Amino acid sequence: MKLVTAVIKPHKWEEVREALAAAGVAGMTVTEASGYGQQKGHTEVYRGAEYDVSLVPKIRLEVVVDDADVDSVVSTITGSAQTGKIGDGKVWVIPVDSVVRVRTGETDEAAL
Amino acid sequence: MDTGDTAWILASSALVLLMTPGLAFFYGGMVRSKTVLNMMMMSFLALAIVPVLWVLYGYSMTFGPGGSKWLGGFDRVGLNNIGLNTAYGTLPEYVFVAFQLMFAIITVALISGAIADRAKFGAWAVFIVVWMTIVYFPVAHWVFDFGVSGGPGGWIANNLKAFDFAGGTAVHINAGAAGLALALVLGKRVGWKRDPMRPHNLPFVLLGTGLLWFGWFGFNSGSAVAANGIAGLAFVNTGVATAAAMLGWLLVEVVRDKKATSLGGASGAVAGLVAITPACGTVSPLGAIAVGIIAGILCALAVGLKYKFGYDDSLDVVGVHLVGGITGTVLIGLFAQGSFATVGGKANAGLFYGGDFSQLGKQVAAAGVVLVYSFVLTYIIGKLIDVTIGFRISEEDEVLGIDQVEHLETAYDEAGIIGGSALKTGV
Repeated sequence: MKLVTAVIKPHKWEEVREALAAAGVAGMTVTEASGYGQQKGHTEVYRGAEYDVSLVPKIRLEVVVDDADVDSVVSTITGSAQTGKIGDGKVWVIPVDSVVRVRTGETDEAAL
Repeated sequence: MDTGDTAWILASSALVLLMTPGLAFFYGGMVRSKTVLNMMMMSFLALAIVPVLWVLYGYSMTFGPGGSKWLGGFDRVGLNNIGLNTAYGTLPEYVFVAFQLMFAIITVALISGAIADRAKFGAWAVFIVVWMTIVYFPVAHWVFDFGVSGGPGGWIANNLKAFDFAGGTAVHINAGAAGLALALVLGKRVGWKRDPMRPHNLPFVLLGTGLLWFGWFGFNSGSAVAANGIAGLAFVNTGVATAAAMLGWLLVEVVRDKKATSLGGASGAVAGLVAITPACGTVSPLGAIAVGIIAGILCALAVGLKYKFGYDDSLDVVGVHLVGGITGTVLIGLFAQGSFATVGGKANAGLFYGGDFSQLGKQVAAAGVVLVYSFVLTYIIGKLIDVTIGFRISEEDEVLGIDQVEHLETAYDEAGIIGGSALKTGV
């Protein structure tokens, strides 16, 4: 099993969710996040005083998938989140040792 | 007594009262989320203390008959010697007491913006009492007491005869100069010019601006102390000067920053309200547009001065109230129209309306004296409070946020369900 984590642009979130649902991903955890990479922040002006706002709002989504599904999930996310401009985000994959479904006690692949 | 006048001044009094909660929103939106409650409570504390002072001795110090041109007499201490049928001009005196009370409340509340995020609440309470007694009541007497209830009246009103219709000097220059003095006494906030101190809620600022604008019609138009043509003129001027000042401020932003900001629009409106306050009974509506645009542009430029000179007037009490108040007070000397600006039936027109320099000189004198008196006395009061009980919270508390330190509260439950808290006091 693998944990796929993606940080994407907020306005692409709906497209990514629909694409993942169409690909059979049944659930995920989503948080509003902020950060920066190549896309630096922006400037705001209050009564003439300029502020550099370095953090950019992002959506962070996490989904645990079966090893066999990793490639298709990653490509679904990158395909649906891409705009081609800086700030599109990142997707990374890390191994997961075990998973337990709290309601039933099922473990690992059966719990996904 | 006139029932029409009485009804209008009663309504105006309620309008002016609403300005102080409006100011609390205007200021509260501009500070960070960890200090908004303290910022708003500084205004609300003025609502709690000033009415009590006013009834006990403030009204008498300001308007009591039998005083001098410097201070009212003590005939009205505890509102003594006022009955249901005691007249103040065409009003029952109780109505005049109520109307002028509201001016006293908002003036000291205005100062709080200069020392946002860092003043001990107890020290602020002491400051309100001392400042009202030593600075506001005397200055309001100079400017607002025309000797209607007997006595010589104030020297600016009756001797100098400068025009200040609703308080450009007694309210705005007074509060602005006091704000500068306190900003210097307390010093800069921790992290000033280094940490971001962005307004945490600009919709609050716009809400506050709306409430201020609404209430200001009572402030200015009510200052006719009658329901008549001058009240109507002041009403129109208040509306149009505010609009013009907003345009002026936004114009500066569009030229300089390429965009018009919501904080700029709100600030411009307030700058216009400030500037038209002294002038609304003496300039024509066209003159009011000029006063508004000039004030909007000047104040938009003036709020940058603190970065040049290095004083942390946190919410620009100087840039908006002192500069706006001076602008409006002095421009009367240029724009006063003879048919409105009369003293004892004689026209005292401004320079652009066929007058000479004499009225302009009086306006400058009134503005200058109030500025110096307020600045010097406030600086001394602030220093005395600082060396005795301390005016400022500790650096650690300031970084933590004054709301939880001084009020044991936070404005927003940002932790949601995860941060949960347990009820300590059993029911």
